[in-house]
Amino acid sequence: MFINNLKILFHQGKQFIPDVTTTEVPGVFRGRPVITDVACNEQQLIDLCPTGAISGNPLRIDLGRCTFCGECAFACPEKIRFTKDYKLSSNIRERLVVSGDQPIEVDADKVRAEIHKLFGRSLKLREVSAAGDNSCEWELNATSNVNFDMGRFGIDFVASPRHADGIVVTGPISENMAEALEICYQATPDPKILILAGTDAISGGIFANSPALNRSFLDKYKVDLYVPGNPVHPLAFVNGVLSLVRGKK
Amino acid sequence: MDYITIKNNQRIAFAEIPVLDYDTFYKTLTDNLLNQSDAHCVNYYGVQADKGVQLICCIAHDKAQNISVLSTIVSKSDTLQSITATYPAFHLFEREIHENFGIGFSGHPWLKPVRYPHKAADRSATIADYPFYKIDSEELHEVGVGPIHAGIIEPGHFRFICNGEQILHLEIQLGYQHRGIETLFLQKNNLLQRATLAENIAGDTVIGHSTAFANAWESLCGFTPDRQLQIERAFALENERIAIHTGDLSGICTDIAYQLGNSVFGRLRTPVINYFQRWAGNRFAKGLIRPGKTNFGLTADLTKQWLEMIAAYRPDFVEMANQTFDLPSVLSRIERTGIVEPETAQRIGMVGMAARASNVARDIRASHPWGYYTSIQYQPVTEPVGDVYCRARIRHDEILRSIDMMTEMIDSMDYKPQTATPLTKAAADSFVVSLVEGWRGEICHCAITDANGELKHYKIKDPSFHNWLGLALAVRNNEISDFPICNKSFDLSYSGHDL
Repeated sequence: MFINNLKILFHQGKQFIPDVTTTEVPGVFRGRPVITDVACNEQQLIDLCPTGAISGNPLRIDLGRCTFCGECAFACPEKIRFTKDYKLSSNIRERLVVSGDQPIEVDADKVRAEIHKLFGRSLKLREVSAAGDNSCEWELNATSNVNFDMGRFGIDFVASPRHADGIVVTGPISENMAEALEICYQATPDPKILILAGTDAISGGIFANSPALNRSFLDKYKVDLYVPGNPVHPLAFVNGVLSLVRGKK
Repeated sequence: MDYITIKNNQRIAFAEIPVLDYDTFYKTLTDNLLNQSDAHCVNYYGVQADKGVQLICCIAHDKAQNISVLSTIVSKSDTLQSITATYPAFHLFEREIHENFGIGFSGHPWLKPVRYPHKAADRSATIADYPFYKIDSEELHEVGVGPIHAGIIEPGHFRFICNGEQILHLEIQLGYQHRGIETLFLQKNNLLQRATLAENIAGDTVIGHSTAFANAWESLCGFTPDRQLQIERAFALENERIAIHTGDLSGICTDIAYQLGNSVFGRLRTPVINYFQRWAGNRFAKGLIRPGKTNFGLTADLTKQWLEMIAAYRPDFVEMANQTFDLPSVLSRIERTGIVEPETAQRIGMVGMAARASNVARDIRASHPWGYYTSIQYQPVTEPVGDVYCRARIRHDEILRSIDMMTEMIDSMDYKPQTATPLTKAAADSFVVSLVEGWRGEICHCAITDANGELKHYKIKDPSFHNWLGLALAVRNNEISDFPICNKSFDLSYSGHDL
């Protein structure tokens, strides 16, 4: 049996991604879109978008509302192209609105000083699925698997809010989860951070304006990091959190 | 005739569904349809009608490969004779009708709330006041878990009544995930929005639910996809099965603290979901399935990539599975744990993988095939006992089966792009039932259109709707410490249930 275990270990080879900040994702991942100056029928694209993420004059895509379905890029490939850039996170909501070919970044000057100081080398997070559809949840679990191995940076998910330095919310926040989310947030000791992971959490996504939601939680508390995605890619999450807690290089 | 018999995805005029008085409806179901051994209810729900509520019931016959549909119109103030009293599989359907419309059911053993929807008949009931069962005893105690759980999973509340470490009773209360998705299906009137909704019903079953929607919508529009597109959808469905089953085996290993299995199955899932990213730019295949078309036609190069990926996956998977299912410390935790006897599974109407692990050979791919599956004679995989071992083992068997099936699919692909035939308007005043065997089991979508061909009603049923009671029964008399592996072995959907 011991020999078998050794064989299995040997057969895995190296599975971890050596540098999660620079690795290239396989295939045709739809990450940060690039918008060109080419003239196009803007209204057609605005009408096409299922979540109203596109606005015109000049054409912009709000990644906080985008489902990354790519339909706009199929309709007008000269105007919109999705790149494989998975660095999609920011602490400033407006920065998720893309209009050209600029990287999306965390504004380090607007990050509270204690975040760098206290969480730069160790960050424990409590995840709350508030009507998330279980795709973001699977991806957040994947951040801790042997491939992405977020634990190497001292960032882990923990079972209790009492042990956590912050809350990660997935899902559009249903009325039925609103109270539990509030209690969980309150149970997390100060100072703490709040991260919204995924389009559903950031804007409600396709569920925005559903009468079954209650997003008043977000009116009360300041969000420290927005991580777009549908669902969030593990690399988007790891890089977003690193840029928040590590600050300027 | 008391009912109309249709096929999966067969469009009929809504008016063709017979409307019976409730007594005849009840008798047709209990004396006739449900007496047949291959019959089970795939959907039973209410639709607001001009005078009262029209209850529509769809009974699938697995041997005859057809679906009997019948209906009745009742008033919201009625109290009807409960079918659950004779057929427990109806318990949640009747509870849902009661919750949505206020209709009473006499003889129902537990007419409790289902999900506290925003359109509940009784808006005064809130999720915090769920009426749990209690036992007056000095020796027994209760354990409440959730809605937020220790791991990164969806919310739901589990209330145990225990004798020491032993579970006497588990009551599962859901609804936290309710997003009003069936209402949104009617409010969002463009097709892309609806397809987006369909793939967000349960984000772990993107292909399953979005295919059920695409099949239903295409049937309403009288559209038949080309052979190649049919194969591609089945190919995607089986790849989703392999990905999630592999991830679940990792999860089961986690819950018994078997680190090697957790790591290896966990990393083996990565290339499978990354294949979706190679194919369609999203690890969960969001954006892949679209009614009437595809944006991501498979190419010979992509299928070659799949064959290479699976050639690397298969030996490592088999090696790890052999080790796992041979290890005494694993077997001692999963054998004879969380048993659902075959008779129980049948009685409570379980479906899908969990039912097959309890030796109930229910599989839409075999019994109500659509698209590619009509061209093969799929034989469901079953396991005999219904314990955690069987629910783990069946994942292993189904992964290997899906790999073989997908390899055969590749041989029959011609890679011709879907002929551009834009979808026409949906037929007016029509009805369709769409069944798809997702990785969890039977997904059922029912659509009704109005006189203008607009969606008038959309009903979604995730397999979890049938199976949550199975989990509650499985854990009885088990130690509470075994609850996590029992739960993981079912891996039911909260969002698919709560809608």
